[in-house]
Amino acid sequence: MMFDEARETAPVLKADHISKSFGSVPVLFSVSMDIHPGEVHALIGENGAGKSTLMKILSGFHAPTSGRILFDNHEVALPPDGEAEKLGIVLIHQELNLAEQMTVEENIFLGRELTHRGMLQRDKMRQMVSGYLEDIGVDISPSVRISDLSIAEKQMVEVAKAISRNARVLIMDEPTAVLTEAETELFFRQVERLKSKGVAIVFVSHKLSEVKQIADRVTILRDGQWIGSQVAEALTPDAMAQMMVGRELSDLYPPMHEADVDAVRVLEVRDLCASGVRNVSFDLRKGEILGFSGLIGSGRTAVFEAVCGLKSISSGQVLVDGVETRFDTVATARDAGLAYLTKDRKAKGLLLDKQMQPNLTLFALPKFIRRFGLDAAAEEKALERAIRRFDIRTRDANINVGDMSGGNQQKLLLAKVMESEPRIVIIDEPTRGIDVGTKQQIYHFIAALAAEGVSVVIISSEMPEVIGISHRVVVMREGQVMGVLTGDDINENEIVRYAAGLKRESKG
Amino acid sequence: MSDVTATTTAKDKRVRFDIKTAGPAIALLLLCIIGFLLNPAFLSEGNLTNLLTRSAFIGIIAVGATFVITAGGIDLSVGSMAAAIAGVMIIIMNSAMETLGPGLATVLLGCGCSILLGLGAGWINGVLTTKGKIEAFIVTLGTMGIYRSLVTYFADGGTLSLDFAIRGVYRPVYYGSVFGLPAPVWVFIVVSICGWLLMNRTAFGRYCTAIGSNESVAKYSAIKVDRIKTMTYVIQGLCVSLATVIYVPRLGSASASTGVMWELEAIAAVIIGGTVLKGGYGRIGGTILGALILTTIGNILNFTDLISNYLNGTMQGLIIIIAVWLQRGDWGKAKANKS
Repeated sequence: MMFDEARETAPVLKADHISKSFGSVPVLFSVSMDIHPGEVHALIGENGAGKSTLMKILSGFHAPTSGRILFDNHEVALPPDGEAEKLGIVLIHQELNLAEQMTVEENIFLGRELTHRGMLQRDKMRQMVSGYLEDIGVDISPSVRISDLSIAEKQMVEVAKAISRNARVLIMDEPTAVLTEAETELFFRQVERLKSKGVAIVFVSHKLSEVKQIADRVTILRDGQWIGSQVAEALTPDAMAQMMVGRELSDLYPPMHEADVDAVRVLEVRDLCASGVRNVSFDLRKGEILGFSGLIGSGRTAVFEAVCGLKSISSGQVLVDGVETRFDTVATARDAGLAYLTKDRKAKGLLLDKQMQPNLTLFALPKFIRRFGLDAAAEEKALERAIRRFDIRTRDANINVGDMSGGNQQKLLLAKVMESEPRIVIIDEPTRGIDVGTKQQIYHFIAALAAEGVSVVIISSEMPEVIGISHRVVVMREGQVMGVLTGDDINENEIVRYAAGLKRESKG
Repeated sequence: MSDVTATTTAKDKRVRFDIKTAGPAIALLLLCIIGFLLNPAFLSEGNLTNLLTRSAFIGIIAVGATFVITAGGIDLSVGSMAAAIAGVMIIIMNSAMETLGPGLATVLLGCGCSILLGLGAGWINGVLTTKGKIEAFIVTLGTMGIYRSLVTYFADGGTLSLDFAIRGVYRPVYYGSVFGLPAPVWVFIVVSICGWLLMNRTAFGRYCTAIGSNESVAKYSAIKVDRIKTMTYVIQGLCVSLATVIYVPRLGSASASTGVMWELEAIAAVIIGGTVLKGGYGRIGGTILGALILTTIGNILNFTDLISNYLNGTMQGLIIIIAVWLQRGDWGKAKANKS
C-alpha cells in the first residue's frame, strides 16, 4: 500500500539509466531507480554488484559516466564531496563520520554552528539537538562525547544529524550490520518515524529478512546490472537472494560430515580467566567445527584473544595436543598451529592502504624468508594460489585492499590466515557484512577445512550461521560458558535461553 | 610531459606512479642543471666530491630515520645524540692515548665505543617508546635535551678537542680517499645499500611498513610490534654513531653546537624522498636523494651571489613544502576523477 501512495507522489530523487566506469572498467550499466518521499527503499545485491557506487552517485560523491539524476523532476549535477547534503540528500557511511572526541551536540552542528556576534550559542544548539534526538526517540544526552556511545547510539546521532539538516533523502550503507537485534528493532522504529515524516530512505543491507520487514520496495543489482525494482511484500527473502545471485541458493550451508567423537582433543581450555573471561572451559577436537554463540560483549572474542596471546591470561590452563602451553605472542601461537581471524577486518585484519600481496603474506611472512631476504617469486605464487582458491575477484590486482568489496576483503583475510597452514583456526564473525553468495562460499570453505582435519572455531552473532555449520555450540554470557549444545539441541530457542541466562548447564 | 594525457588509463597510472617516485631524482637533476648554469664550476670533480662528502652525515642518519618514520615513529634526538657520542668518543680516545698510545688501537677503541653508544642510545629511545608506552615525539624530545646538555657538561660549556697526535691517525677517515672517492662517501654508499636491502628485501622492512600502516593489523598478524619498533630506533642509533665516526676527524672536536638541527635535516631528507611522515610507506632511495638535494641547495647558494647564503634555510624549507605538495598526488587524482 505504501507503494501505491508513493506512486501518486513524484519521486524526490531518480536515477535514470546511470552508467559508471572507473577508468576503463565499467561497474554500473544503465541502472534506474526512483525514490519517493516517505518510502523505505532497500538496495540489495552481492558484494561488487555496484550498490556502493550507485549510492555514491545518488549522493553526489561520484559523478555518473552517463545517464541523468533527477531531483524533484529536474535534471541536476549533484555537487561533490557531500555538498549534496545542502539539497537534503544525506549519505550515512558505514564507517560513521563523527568526531569521536567531540560531544553529540558539537557533532550535529559541526560546520554550521549557531553563533551570535561570533560567540557560540551553546544553549540554543543543545536545545535543538535535544529536540532532534527526541524526534527520533532516542535517549542520549547532547553533551555526551561520541567516544562514550555504543555503535548503535552513534548511528542514531548520524540520523539525528541528517534530520537536523532537513534531509529529504537519507541513504544508509548497511546501517544494521553492526547492530544487535534489539538495537536493530529500535533503529527500525526510528526509520518508521522518519518515513511518516515524508523522508525517503534508501538503505543497503545483506540481511534479507530485515529488508522484508522494513522496506516498501526493493531494488536488486547484480554485476552492475539493474535486475528489478519490486514491492517488498511480493518478495520472499529466498526470492531476493535468488535474484541477487542469479542461481538457486538451496544449499547455503554445506552438508555436514559427522563429527568424530573419538577424535583427539587438539585444544583444551580449563578454567580460563582473563579480563572479561571467567572460568571458561571447553575443548576442541580434530576436524570439528565448534560454534561460539552469545550476545555481543559476552566474552567470546576475549577467550580466544587470551588463548592466542593477544590478551594476558590471569589464571587457567590452555592445552594444545594435551600439552600445557601459554602463548605470550601471536607469533608463538601461530608457530604452534593456532590462528585467530579477527572480526574487525578493517581495523585489525588488513592493511587497507596496501595491495593484496603484502597483506596476504603478512601473517605467515617467516615462511617466505629465504636466506635473509623475502622470496618475491614465492609470494607472487602464493597470491595467485589464494586468488584461485578463495575466488577473490578484483577489477585490478593492484588496487588497494581498502578499495575492494567487503566480501573480497573477507576472502583475502581468510587467505592471509590460511597461509600459515594452521591446525586450529578461530574465525570471529566469518561473514559480517558480506553478501549471501560469498557467505555460501565461506561456509563451504570452512566445511572443507574441517573435513581435511583442521579444527575450526566459529564465533558468530548470526544464529542461523552458528546453527548451520557447527557440530557443537558453546553459548557464553557475561564472560562465562552457559552451556554446550550438541545434535538436535542446537536450535535458536535453546541458544537464546542460554545466552539470556534463563538456563545454565550445571557442571561439576 | 604533455604526451601523458594521450596514453591509456593503465599507462597513465604507471606514468603517474613513476613521476611520484622519480620526483626527487628529477628535482636533484634540475638543481644540478641550475647549479651548472649559474656556475660551471658546480660540476667540477672537486665540488662534486665535496658535495657528496657533506651529504654523507645527513644521508647516513636519514637512512636510519627512514626506518623509524616508516614504522610510525619519529626520532628528534639524533643531532644531540651525535654530539654526545662525539664528545664521549673524544674523551675516551684522549684518555686511552696514555695507555694505548696515539695509534690505530686508540682510534678503533673510540669507534667501537661510538657504535656501542649509538646502539644503546637508540635502544633507550625504543624501549621508552614501546615498553614505556610514551609517544616517540615526547621520548626523543626528552632525550634530545638530555644528550645535548650532556655534551655541554662534558665540555664544561666549551669544546672537547681530540689530541693532535690521534688526529693524525684518524684524519684519513674523513679526508682520505679510496678508489677516488672520499671515505665518508663509501660509508654512505654501504649504509644506503644495506638500508635499501633491509627495507625492500627483508621481512623486517615489510614489518616496519605494516606497523606504520596499521599497528593493530600488525599485532594481529603475529608481528612483534614492540621488538620491531625498538629495532628501528637501534638502527637509527647505529646510523648516528657511524655518521659520528666519520664526522669527528673532520673538526677533531665536539661542542654544544655539534650536530645542531641534524634531526630536522634528516627528517626533511626522508620526507623529500617520498617517505610518508605518518608511517607505512618508506623509501630509502628517496631518502638518499633527499639528503643530496638538501646539501646541493646549500652548495649552489655558496656558488652564486644571486641569493644570499643566509637564505639557505628558506630554500630548504621551500623545497620540503613543495616536495610534499607534489607527493600529495591530489592534483593527479582530481584529474582522473573528472574524466
